[in-house]
Order: sequence, then structure tokens, then C-alpha cells
Amino acid sequence: MTDKIGPLPFCPGCGHTTLINALDKALVKLQLDPLNVVIVTDIGCIGLSDRYFTTHGFHGLHGRSITYACGLKLARPDLTVITIMGDGATGIGGTHFLNVARRNIGITLIIGNNFNYGMTGGQHSVTTPSDGITSSTPWGNPEGPMDLCGTAAAAGGAWVYRATMFDNDLSDKIADAISQPGFAMMDVWELCTAYYMPKNQLKKKELFELLDSYGFKTGLVADNPRPEYSIKYRQQFEAAKLTYKDKPKIEPKFKHSVKRQTGIIIAGSAGQKIKSAATLLAEGGIFAGLHVTQKDDYPITVQTGHSVAEIIFSPEVIDYTGIESPDYFVLISEDGLKRTKAKIQKLPETCVLYASDDLELPETKAKVRRLPFNALAKEVGKLSLSTASLALMLADSGLYPVEAFETAIKTFSSEKIADINLKAAEAGVKLLTESTSA
Amino acid sequence: MGFEFIEGNEAIARGAMRAGCDFYASYPITPASSILHYMNEFVPHKGGTVIQAEDEIASMGFCLGASMAGRKVLTATSGPGISLYSENIGLAIMGETPIVIVNVQRQGPATGSATKGAEGDIQFTRWVTSGGMPIIALSPATVEDAYRLTYIAFNFAEKFRTPVFVMSSKDLGVTQESCDLDSVELPPLVNRKKIEPGLAEYLPHHFDKLEDVPAFSEFGGDYIARYTTSMHDKAAYLTTNPATIQEMIDHFSAKIESAIDEISLYREDVQDGADTLIISYGITSRSVNVAVNEARKKGKKVSSLVLQTLWPCPEKVIKSAMKGMKKIIVPEMNMGQYIIEIERLAPPDAEVVGVLKMDTTLVAPSEILSKGGLL
Repeated sequence: MTDKIGPLPFCPGCGHTTLINALDKALVKLQLDPLNVVIVTDIGCIGLSDRYFTTHGFHGLHGRSITYACGLKLARPDLTVITIMGDGATGIGGTHFLNVARRNIGITLIIGNNFNYGMTGGQHSVTTPSDGITSSTPWGNPEGPMDLCGTAAAAGGAWVYRATMFDNDLSDKIADAISQPGFAMMDVWELCTAYYMPKNQLKKKELFELLDSYGFKTGLVADNPRPEYSIKYRQQFEAAKLTYKDKPKIEPKFKHSVKRQTGIIIAGSAGQKIKSAATLLAEGGIFAGLHVTQKDDYPITVQTGHSVAEIIFSPEVIDYTGIESPDYFVLISEDGLKRTKAKIQKLPETCVLYASDDLELPETKAKVRRLPFNALAKEVGKLSLSTASLALMLADSGLYPVEAFETAIKTFSSEKIADINLKAAEAGVKLLTESTSA
Repeated sequence: MGFEFIEGNEAIARGAMRAGCDFYASYPITPASSILHYMNEFVPHKGGTVIQAEDEIASMGFCLGASMAGRKVLTATSGPGISLYSENIGLAIMGETPIVIVNVQRQGPATGSATKGAEGDIQFTRWVTSGGMPIIALSPATVEDAYRLTYIAFNFAEKFRTPVFVMSSKDLGVTQESCDLDSVELPPLVNRKKIEPGLAEYLPHHFDKLEDVPAFSEFGGDYIARYTTSMHDKAAYLTTNPATIQEMIDHFSAKIESAIDEISLYREDVQDGADTLIISYGITSRSVNVAVNEARKKGKKVSSLVLQTLWPCPEKVIKSAMKGMKKIIVPEMNMGQYIIEIERLAPPDAEVVGVLKMDTTLVAPSEILSKGGLL
């Protein structure tokens, strides 16, 4: 510690002074290089303490010191990161408290637990005893106290210890906590001489009586060693042996016949691979030298209901990505129809609507092409109807060569699916020929 | 060379990687979630860390800790998440912490129309934290923009040691587009200025002139580093001295405002003799491109100013573009947020017309033409 900025600022008899001095002693005992140690604090009386250490000091927002400590540790696993908080900060930062224990990020958390908020005038905290008098519970605390160690242990805390400011081995135990490779937490019971102690006649004897009355465990509450998070993170990643490969780039090598911005909509059901098939159609367009955009619409419950994709092709850069008036509309299921009924009613006469012949269509000005999509699905598999129907539309419209679509399938479909998709595209084109000649 | 078909969210992740980002933390939220997935694909290969935090507050906390340990950090969320980032954004300003924050905006308030488009967090971002200090916010319109502006956001964050926002939107974030990212021109990479070794003491917030950006020494570096949420002196010790406090506040503003010319990014499409100007940003600027072409085909004279930097407000650029204009049209996917800046800067005799909506759909070119009186 430094004496450059004077003695510790706490009230006479305050447990924080005992705790901070014990931490100092522990750091001296461990002989850690101050440049490798970070003390992280936040708001509350005890948050005044980081600046008294000759280590790095990080003083953050109320209840969030655990998160800064985790960020520091994840970025620099070699650093010793020690967080000091009060019981107030532990309450407001409750989720961080649970999650750091669960994740086992290797920081040390020391809680100076004096049963109330000192900095803001003695209000009750998550550890205020039942019936305790505080400035916010003037006739007694109706809430019950949180067992901080029990909570940390239940959340999987690797090393959890309960101490009091009166323990002779406090600094040794703090040194033990700091030496743990995983998450270590100490709940240190203290007296707040300004507020909680005078209001509740809580002195040393009563503090121990209180501890007895709770039946909380003292000393080492949990010892649950397991790999520290940042080490496990790296090990798992290495073990997965992933190699990073850029996705293949597309060099345009086909011609297209698109003269102006052209909008295509395909509407069907979840599970019909609408999104993937539309992306292949889009990528085929890029192989043909087109600019392309794609928007998808599906419910958050992705395996049920509709799935609609909107594609725009253009010989020029596409600015406005909305489709006010579609040129081609492919409708392959009842779910798709339900979702797009209003759109279909407004389709212009220039639009070609390729609709499954079993669907009851609303009135529309579009040129309707009724097609046996159910039979097609039986032939190609229901997962491939989207690809087949888009190939049909493509062959009919002549927007770009079907060969470019097939090139996209070969380039971007996984080996297993590429063949299925190619057969589906072929079947779609064949159905077009049959339906045209019929 | 060659084309790809990717969404704005992927372009943001790729821009971050190109800028050397090696730490990412966020909490899932539509339509920003896929940035987490892309970063997971990219970052661990470079030795960096990606973590899904327990909430948005922790996302920011992890990032601030990692940034002060020397990492280049990114986080991404949508408007509701920015609400939870708010307090830690203040801490980033106070501690002069480089961080890039992506907001893939969605329609609001609250959960809004989940999950549909809007660009409704414009003024929210300017005044995003208590105390109201300047931040930098960039607004991409295309997938290429998302890539380039995210990269530049890192440069600005590093150079000025400040939070920088990338104000994307649902309609950019999750729309796939054909693009060629390799052909996107990028400025040289900037990393934060490091403190020289061998000094007697490191002052984390040292500046001679108010606009100087302090040199950085990371936690775990060669000097004892300090960081505080409280008003502080140059040594990062809490201070209650009003003169020291005012000087630090002035410094926070001066380091950004003095560099406004460098930070002001925009695109202009000027037509000689035009007395109508459309000012736009983000996804809406693409509808403006269409509207401008349509209007010109009809013989109307109209110019366009597209702002890629929203904050600090590029006043000089806006004023210069508005000189001599009779009508200024401001389309926005909100009920009138940036128009407030335009109105205060417009020539006194100019009419400022908003084309405003937040019904979840894009502002269509036809709406700009009709409401802007360009038919």
C-alpha cells in the first residue's frame, strides 16, 4: 500500500480498515509484482480502497466490478485480478456474482459484508439480518438475509470461504483465496460503526451470535476445483481443431437478361429450405454478373409457420431494397399463402405467379401459372421443392441461365446436398417444359 | 477480388476483424445476434476471446476491462440493449476507453414491433449517458459501408480514446447483398498511442492542450495504471476541485470537437442550380438515391447530402450543403430526430420538410418524392 494519499479513510473501528490491511498483508506475503496485480472496486465505502494500493487500480460502477475484473482476466489471464465489493454491490450486481462463480473465471472476489449501505446513509442490503434496523427499515427489516457463500457455492463457486474481521488468520486466508487458479470468493463479516452497529447494538459478541443463529457455514464453505474459464476456453477451441477458411468468392462468368431492378418473392413453409434456396438463386445471379439483395421473413419459432424470401436482381447497384411491385412470385404452400395474401391481391398484371395447384388463391391481376408442386415435392423431396420451383421460375423467366444457378449449387451447397439440389433444379426445369408443352 | 453475398452484420464483423479486433462480448438480441456468431467464427482464430455475457451490462463491463488491458474491443446490440449499456458508456467516456459499439437498430420503443426496422435511436445515441458528453456515431447505408465504417470506427475509438457507435439497422444488418469487400478502400490502421517507456510516473489522463488524447498504458503493462468512474485529475485520482473537474470535462469535449473535420464523413451528390437538398443517412439514404434520380428524370433540380457521421454533428458540412437552398427534405425512419439538427442549422428562409415514419417499413422513394413535393 502507499501512504502517499494518507491513511485509509474509513470510520474508526470500521471493518473495512481491518480487511484492507489484511489484503495488503496477503499481497506482501505472496510477493506478487504490483505490475501484475489489479485491484478492482466499485461504489460503496469499500470502493474507496483501490487507490491505496501500489498495484493497478480499476474503480468502476456500482455492483459491476466483477464484470470489469472478468474483462481484465479474459484479456490477460496472467494477471492477478482481485475484486473488492460491499454487500450493497453484491446485491445490485447479483447476476454477475452468480455468473462469475458458474463460469469459474479466475478472479478473487472479497466482499466486505457489513449488513448495510454505508456510503448512502445506512439503508438495508441483501445481507441485512431479518428485523435489522436501518434507515430504510426503521422499524425492522421484513426481508431475510442472503447467504452469500451458500449462493456462490450453489452457483458452482470453486473456492468459497466465510470469515470475519476478527479472524486472526484473515490475511492468510485472503492469500489462499488469491492463490486459487479458479474463482475464489470470501464473505468477510464486518462491523459498520457508523450505522448498523449503533442502530442494532451489533458488536463483536453479537456478530458471532448472529452467525451462529443463521446456521451458515463458516471457514471453507466450498472447494470445487475445476479448469479456469480462460484456460478451458482456449483448450476447447484448440481441441476443436477448426481451420478458418474464407467463403468462396464469386467471379461472374455467365450473362443475364435483366434490364431493370427485378423483384422475386418465394413464399412457403418453415422447413422447406426457402431461405437457403433463395440464397442459391441469388448467388447464381451474382455468377451471372447481377447485383442482388435478399431479405427473409420467418417467425421466431423457426420450425413452424411461414418462410418468405424476397430477392432483387439488378444490372445496377441496388439502392432501395424494398419490393413495391414484384415481377415474379413463387408460392409453394398454404403457410406462404396466408402470410402473403395481401401482397398477392395487390400483384400487378406484369407479375407472374407460380402457384401450387392445390392452393385457393385470392383475386389477383397477376398472370397465374398453376403447377403441380405437390407432385414435384414427392419427386425431389419436400426439402428441395423450394430449389426446384425457383429453377422452374428461372428457366421460365430467363433472367439468367440455369447453368449459373447450378454453378451456385455446386459452389455453395455442402457435398451431401449438392447432388440433391442439382437433381431438384433439373426436375423443376423439366416440369416447366412439360407444363409448357401441355 | 470477387463477389460475396453477405448481410450487414457479417460485414460489421469482418470490418472489426480487419481493424484488429481481438475481444468481443455481447448479449443476444435480434437483429444483432448474428454478429456474435460471426465473431465466434473469426476471433478465436486470432487468439482473441468471444464471450456471451449474462446481460448487456456485463457485455459492456467485460469490454471495458478488456480494452483497458489493451484489447481492441467490440460489442453489438439493438436499441433496448443500448438502454442497458448507458451507464457503462458514461464510464467509457470518463475513463477514456476505446470501444466500438454496434447498434443494429430496431423499431421501438421498448420491444417495439419485434423485429422490424427503424432508425429511431439517433438522438438517444447523442445523449446516451448521464452528463451528456460527446461521442462519435457513424451511420452505414450499405454492406460495404458497414465494413468500412466499422473499420474506421475502430480507428476513431483508438485515436480519440472514446466510445464510437456504428448505427446500423435491421434492414441493413440482416439483408444479404452482393458485394466486393476487397475493393473497399480503407484508410491506414490506427492503434492507440502508447506511453513511452522509462518515465518516472504514468498519468493515465495526461494532456498539455485540452484536445490532446492521453497516451495509453494497459493494465498489466510497464506502468501502474489507474482508472476511475469518478471525476478525476490527470493521475486518475478522484478530485473535488471545480477547476480540475471543469478542465477534464472540457478535455472530453475538445479532443473530439477539435477533430470534427477529420471525423465528418459524408457523401454529396450536387446538381448545379438545385435549390432543393435532401439530407439523409443510413438505410434511408438509399431510397434518396432512387428518389433523386427519379426527380432529375422529371427535370427537377435536386442535390443530396448523405451523412455517414451523425455525431459529432458535422455542422460545417451541413451548413455548406444548405447554402442557397430553398427547400431541405429530411427523410427519417423515426418521427423526426436528425431534422432537429437540420432545422437549427438551416438558412432562415429555407423550408425544412420531414418525410418521417416508423411503421417498420423503409421510407420508399415514392414517399420522398410525394411528401417532398418533387413529383
